[in-house]
Amino acid sequence: MSNKQAELTSGKLTLAWEKRQLPSPWLSVAIPIFSVFMALFLSGAFLAATGFNPLEIYGAMLDGAFGSAYGISETLVKAIPLALAGLGVALAFRMLLWNIGAEGQFYMGAFAASWVALTFPDLPTQIMLPAMFLAGALAGGLWALIPAIPRAVLGVNETITTLMLNYVAILWVDYLVYGPWRDPAGFNFPLTAPFSAAAQLPVYGTTRVHFGLIFALVGAVIIYIVLQRTKWGYEIRVIGENQAAARYAGMSITKNIMLVMFLSGGFAGLAGMSEVSGITHRLQHGISSGYGYTAIIVAWLSKLNPFMIIVVAFLLGGLLVGGYNTQTMGVPSATVSMIQGAILFFLLGGELLTRYRIYFTRKGENS
Amino acid sequence: MKKHQVMVEMKKITKSFSGNLANDKVDFIARCGEVHALLGENGAGKSTLMSALTGLYRPDSGEIRLRDKTIELKSPRDAIEHGIGMVHQHFKLVKPFTVTENIALGASTTPFLLNMDKVEAEIVSLAEKYGMKVDPRAKVWQLSVGEQQRVEIIKMLYRGAEILILDEPTAVLTPQEVDDLFETLGQMANAGCAVIFITHKFKEVMAGSDTITVLRNGQNVATVKTSETDQNKLAHLMVGREMTAKPLEKKGQPGEVVLKLDEVEAFNDKGMLALQSISTEIRAGEILGIAGVAGNGQRELAEIVTGLRETSAGKIIILGEDYTDRSPKEYISAGVAHVPEDRLGTGLVPNLNAVDNILLKNYRNHRGHFLDLKESRKLAEKMVEDFQIKLSSIDDPIKLMSGGNLQKMLLAREFHSEPKLIVTVYPVRGLDIGATRAVRQLLLEQREQGAAILLISEDLDELMELADKIAVMYEGEIMDILPPTYDNLETIGLLMAGSKCEEVGV
Amino acid sequence: MTSDQIIAILAAAIVAGTPLLYAALGEIITERAGVINLGVEGMMLVGAVSGFTVAVGTGNPWFGVMAAAAAGGAMASIHAFLTISLRANQVVSGLALTIFGTGLSGFLGKPMVGIVAPKTLAVINVPALSSIPWLGPILFRQDALVYLSYLIVPLLWCYFYRTRGGLNMRAIGENPAAADSVGINVFFLRYVYTVVGGAFAGVGGAYLSLAYAPTWLENMTAGRGWIAVALVIFAMWDPVKAMLGSYLFGGIDAMGFRLQAMGINVISPFFLKMLPYIFTVIVLIIATRKSLKKHIGAPGALGLPYDREER
Repeated sequence: MSNKQAELTSGKLTLAWEKRQLPSPWLSVAIPIFSVFMALFLSGAFLAATGFNPLEIYGAMLDGAFGSAYGISETLVKAIPLALAGLGVALAFRMLLWNIGAEGQFYMGAFAASWVALTFPDLPTQIMLPAMFLAGALAGGLWALIPAIPRAVLGVNETITTLMLNYVAILWVDYLVYGPWRDPAGFNFPLTAPFSAAAQLPVYGTTRVHFGLIFALVGAVIIYIVLQRTKWGYEIRVIGENQAAARYAGMSITKNIMLVMFLSGGFAGLAGMSEVSGITHRLQHGISSGYGYTAIIVAWLSKLNPFMIIVVAFLLGGLLVGGYNTQTMGVPSATVSMIQGAILFFLLGGELLTRYRIYFTRKGENS
Repeated sequence: MKKHQVMVEMKKITKSFSGNLANDKVDFIARCGEVHALLGENGAGKSTLMSALTGLYRPDSGEIRLRDKTIELKSPRDAIEHGIGMVHQHFKLVKPFTVTENIALGASTTPFLLNMDKVEAEIVSLAEKYGMKVDPRAKVWQLSVGEQQRVEIIKMLYRGAEILILDEPTAVLTPQEVDDLFETLGQMANAGCAVIFITHKFKEVMAGSDTITVLRNGQNVATVKTSETDQNKLAHLMVGREMTAKPLEKKGQPGEVVLKLDEVEAFNDKGMLALQSISTEIRAGEILGIAGVAGNGQRELAEIVTGLRETSAGKIIILGEDYTDRSPKEYISAGVAHVPEDRLGTGLVPNLNAVDNILLKNYRNHRGHFLDLKESRKLAEKMVEDFQIKLSSIDDPIKLMSGGNLQKMLLAREFHSEPKLIVTVYPVRGLDIGATRAVRQLLLEQREQGAAILLISEDLDELMELADKIAVMYEGEIMDILPPTYDNLETIGLLMAGSKCEEVGV
Repeated sequence: MTSDQIIAILAAAIVAGTPLLYAALGEIITERAGVINLGVEGMMLVGAVSGFTVAVGTGNPWFGVMAAAAAGGAMASIHAFLTISLRANQVVSGLALTIFGTGLSGFLGKPMVGIVAPKTLAVINVPALSSIPWLGPILFRQDALVYLSYLIVPLLWCYFYRTRGGLNMRAIGENPAAADSVGINVFFLRYVYTVVGGAFAGVGGAYLSLAYAPTWLENMTAGRGWIAVALVIFAMWDPVKAMLGSYLFGGIDAMGFRLQAMGINVISPFFLKMLPYIFTVIVLIIATRKSLKKHIGAPGALGLPYDREER
């Protein structure tokens, strides 16, 4: 029962808002779309103010990302890590675990998969790829477990710890590629020797779209089924909604926090594995260009729905490809994260509209 | 101001929430030197009316006149400046602050550089004037509920309140504390204040007020002098029909011991000993009532016998088996049902639908790793029918349901598994008369079917009606266990306030 | 190690700790009022770039500091609007602020990369005090922003615990409904403290680009905003403890840097760079355990939006 007479008055018209009993379904779809447009509009204003022509730039972005078969394939290439990491982040968010360490978990996944590929170069593909898959997922999961344990046992703020470990993971990979793992034939570039052919994920035709896409699609289906149909998924949903009730029903919150964080990190680690195995075919400095952070936006924009994550990952993948395309026009690469942040702002602000009904009323009038 | 002069007059106050009329053209007058009771059922519009008088809500229409002048109250601050102060049912105190800090907070006389000694002196003199005891340097979280209430009252007096409104002030007090409170309120009225208290209990209205206004369905149905009415008339006015309900019947004989507590101790969340050497037992078909002022270990007691809190000493035996420090899951499978204090916050998941909520306790019994959604739906539909739960659809989030229906659903779920032991905490809190009766009836049915029931209640009448014996808790100890007769009422009250048996003279 | 080297490390610890201190103080102010703002990193970056740009443009680093405060405050006002007025999720809004701030600072700072500021914050030796053995060279041969922080910390402490304003601020963080009921304007004050907190973060960023570095580099905060958030928990929301914590972290930062500079090659520089992050995690775990034991913790209403009619 709630009715707010907010006095954002202009003249005699009063803006009033009233809590909706149920979120409006069509607004839940419209608001994310609206948010993207508003963010583009705002960033466009920024671009215009700094002497760029926003329409021209957006045109180039759209063209670069979706304007050709090559563009679309490159967008898919970016969408794969975003979707995998996004699935992981969303799983944790569902339990109100703010895992923002997907970036580091990605790096650790990439590192572990590379370790398998570099240490056992002669393994046949049938063993090599599953081993890399497992190593990547396991490493990402274990990396996420480091902050998960203190969170589960003591309630240590996981937002900060997961983020801190990103820097550690990145520095660890840097240490390897600048140091012991550096390719002697690599002209001093910070990268390892290339993997053997057995350690490379199959690609589609002549594109760079690799098998990781299947991981993401299957992952989305599995997450959906687990959450909606299984007993364990039911526990996750209950814990995410109401911890007190979960405890009351005899669910182990400690165990589930660790399990969910492990899985969450596992998906991010898988993103890292599929990137080294599918795209770069070696470990290198800066292997993720912030996929783990963009995954947060993917998760929130898709309202944690696994299928929407695939769609949103594709769209934000387009933003990355498009952004890359416009760098030749002198547009700073940072524009993309500016747009991403702005999308999230509008999305958060717009959510108010799904929860409240806002209308104008005359002051002092009887309703 | 002279006694019996009109202090405040509310005219045709109307206020609606999301289309529901909470106040419908209510007229209300409070006079100097009078204690005025505002009586009505839950949802009759008492709190809404008083919220309009304290600037918390703004009425859609109507007029508020203070000492013959129309005033507009935009915020609680406006109300305080007009000398109107309210003591809410949920105290508005900052727990980590001291009493003095709470009282100085937001007062217009508080200077930029704090001078707490001065405030302290004023608190002490105010407290003495009205016969209240407080320690100004104590932190609020260390105080009992009764003491916190006194802090709230002093807070209002410190601000120069002449119109004091108290929302359900007796709900959390022992019978003796209630007497003290009425004493204090009377003194305030004599000093020229207008005192208004909100309640739904006839007895207290008769004991503590000079004038009574009865609200029903958002309308003022009567304003009468206390001396010219009686409980039956008031009940009729409040409910709008005769109260013909027969007293509930208790049948059956107690059986084997279901729950046995042996010298149990436990700590609360703050790390202080909350339960001390608790020893008692409950038999099948028996209701053990726990009386006591909230915060004396009741919550912890409910939590240890459902596995939600660890004990620090002692044993918990259920049907002969030691369950000490086992997990909540094991308690559930042992047949322990739990109707928690905070039904929407603990017992149910507000954003999930009825099917998912009914699953909460028995989802583990589904075979394999998957949920049997078809079976769950059938069960949910059956429960809705059997317990006459009103809801728009079993697929809607349950937060849309009313308190009474939520409680019925919770009971339906908990009683479905034919529990051996039922732990129920304040089971009728916030329910209207109809739902209250239905819930009590359901508890007695379970008793008849052989469940052992631990009933924690703040309503002594409820305990008298339902319990087979009453244990009184004070500061984590069971003071005594008595049969539920009205002859024991005074003894129970004294025990609730901490007097030992010898002092009481039992 | 000679005493000169130790003094140099300790003096460097203060320099490295000062940006953390400003950011942590800002976050303490914000959290005390019940708002958690995880956008410190973003606000620091925007503060760093605007401070640097204005200092280069005007030739006066103090205009840069003021611009940084304004920029940090402006960033925080976005968070304030979303979380206080629109009651958006505070964690996600803070993350958005960091992502947006990272992008915005990179965007605005592109022309500034590689430029050397003509005038930065100069070291001023405090007469008399700077010649005290040990303490002098560590504490009193610093720049003006460091001296300002020496003043701000005790002043903030007094404000928190000895004034009406501080009492109100703590009340809205602990129990906004109680504060509201006695006429304290919860919404307005939360706005004020969130924006002020952002201004502090902005100054912390400017300290990096105008005194510590002093230059502009994309992402130059390198997680310091997050370390500052962790420091708040370590400091139990107390400005004095935040000062000690900041210097501790500054010391670790400085030590890694010094060891590298001294050519000690036993440990790879990559591992030395990891130290502050690992240390943050460990400290956070210890601090959380401690607060669990002592039963003191975050402001009661931290992270929760206030809705007067939600009961």
